[in-house]
Amino acid sequence: MAEVDEANKPLFAGLSDVSISEDIPVEGDIAVPVTSRGADDEFSTLDEPVKDTILRDLKAVGNKFVHVMYPKKSSALLRDWDLWGPLLLCVTLALLLQGGSADSKEDGGPQFAEVFVIIWFGSVIITLNSKLLGGTISFFQSLCVLGYCILPLTVAMLVCRLVLLLVSSGTASFVVRLIIVTASFGWATFASTAFLADSQPVNRKALVVYPVFLFYFVIGWMILTFSPSP
Amino acid sequence: MCSIISLTMTDDFLEFDEDGKLPISIRDSTSVDMDGIMKPQKQSKQTGPTALELENDDVDTDDAKAELLPNEKRGMPFWTFEYYQTFFNVDTQEVKSRIFGSILPWRGKNFVSLHIRSNPDLYGPFWICATLVFAIAISGNISTFLVHRGDPQYKYVPEFRKVTMAATAIYSYAWLVPLALWGFLTWRNSKIVSSVSYSFLEIVCVYGYSLSIYIPAVVLWIIPSEGVRWFSIVAALCLSGSVLVMTFWPTIRDDRPRVAGAIIMTIVALHVLLAVGCKAYFFSTREDENTSKLRQVEEIKAQPTLKTNAV
Repeated sequence: MAEVDEANKPLFAGLSDVSISEDIPVEGDIAVPVTSRGADDEFSTLDEPVKDTILRDLKAVGNKFVHVMYPKKSSALLRDWDLWGPLLLCVTLALLLQGGSADSKEDGGPQFAEVFVIIWFGSVIITLNSKLLGGTISFFQSLCVLGYCILPLTVAMLVCRLVLLLVSSGTASFVVRLIIVTASFGWATFASTAFLADSQPVNRKALVVYPVFLFYFVIGWMILTFSPSP
Repeated sequence: MCSIISLTMTDDFLEFDEDGKLPISIRDSTSVDMDGIMKPQKQSKQTGPTALELENDDVDTDDAKAELLPNEKRGMPFWTFEYYQTFFNVDTQEVKSRIFGSILPWRGKNFVSLHIRSNPDLYGPFWICATLVFAIAISGNISTFLVHRGDPQYKYVPEFRKVTMAATAIYSYAWLVPLALWGFLTWRNSKIVSSVSYSFLEIVCVYGYSLSIYIPAVVLWIIPSEGVRWFSIVAALCLSGSVLVMTFWPTIRDDRPRVAGAIIMTIVALHVLLAVGCKAYFFSTREDENTSKLRQVEEIKAQPTLKTNAV
């Protein structure tokens, strides 16, 4: 960056001179991007196998999953955000929540599109809310954090489906699922606030945390009340 | 004054240009400094016209403060993000005091002049509505489950449909009723000069916060006992309805008594309608369920070929 700025200065000075004297050699300096591209060449991913690319991205996503599971104030989720993890989690959760066919009158559970819309619109609205309250975090950073923090709830959904498969739905299975969902809901809220709360003014933290709490609470409710149609 | 500002601006620009070579961390800190320098200038620019206006009218300092803030809002064009940030300019303590103010009507104290006046926010109305929507949907589901408990024939299915229905009902109540009320009050104010008038946002704010009492009430409706439900409805209505009436009474006090009475009656009636409608639609009792089941059976018998898609 410093090189670019240094290169810019003579460019500006030259431009101001153009009208007075024809200082044409200035045009030679316009080739600034070429020098900066030289540095990028080392990181070029054009000629690497597709497998490497996919594995590297998956590793980045998996790395962030670990950060969500052990939320210890690291800024890895914030520094280089991506939306692949949230998409993966959201689609998995929506597919798992899909009960029977959409036509059956018995099944009143949330459909795929409803889960999808609730997760994405919910996180967009929460992000806008935190930006409007004066948060310093960027839009996609916040979306990334909120999306990745669904991970505990997706895991809970998997476990709940297993429980429903093994034990027929009764009071015991309900209590087990209640405990699992409550724990994962607490985990999700705790992890996301650990990442997000620092970006807010102190006297508004509760106002930002409350919508996040509500968001995960609703997702947790959908998971808890899920019952597969026979 | 303008020349001074421009001078400082060029100074800032020069400093920033020199800082351009510094590493990122230092550059960030300088940009923060620049914000700090810029902000007071903006404010001094905006206070200019208001100060002039205030010289003409002799008003109290409190009113002056109240007029200053809307002017700041008008200063920013509506497509900027900062314009919308002014609607969320509240902190935790303020929101708490507004919620309690809307729940506990103290005699002679006006909700708007006491809590909102200078700074109507949209945070409260939006999230109170969202909470109420999910509270209605979730407790409606639980109450259906409790009604059927012990029935071997019954298999619990989550009714997600209730969320969409509740969202439509609550959000349209919280936005359309204030819009209609604001339109009506502006029309009346053009005929009869009233001492107090509210802006649209203030009315939205009052309505949004007045819904907050329904959240605990709705949670109480889980208990499948009609007595408890009606009691909580009446209690919630008395509290939030009286806040609404006391808030809007000053604006229509000077109107003809018949019109004033009609407005108050409409406000209260709509509030009652929302509560009773929600209770009737989302919360079922055992008798209701039996009759609806009978009706369903009859429908299925009557139209065996027609299938409705429940989405």
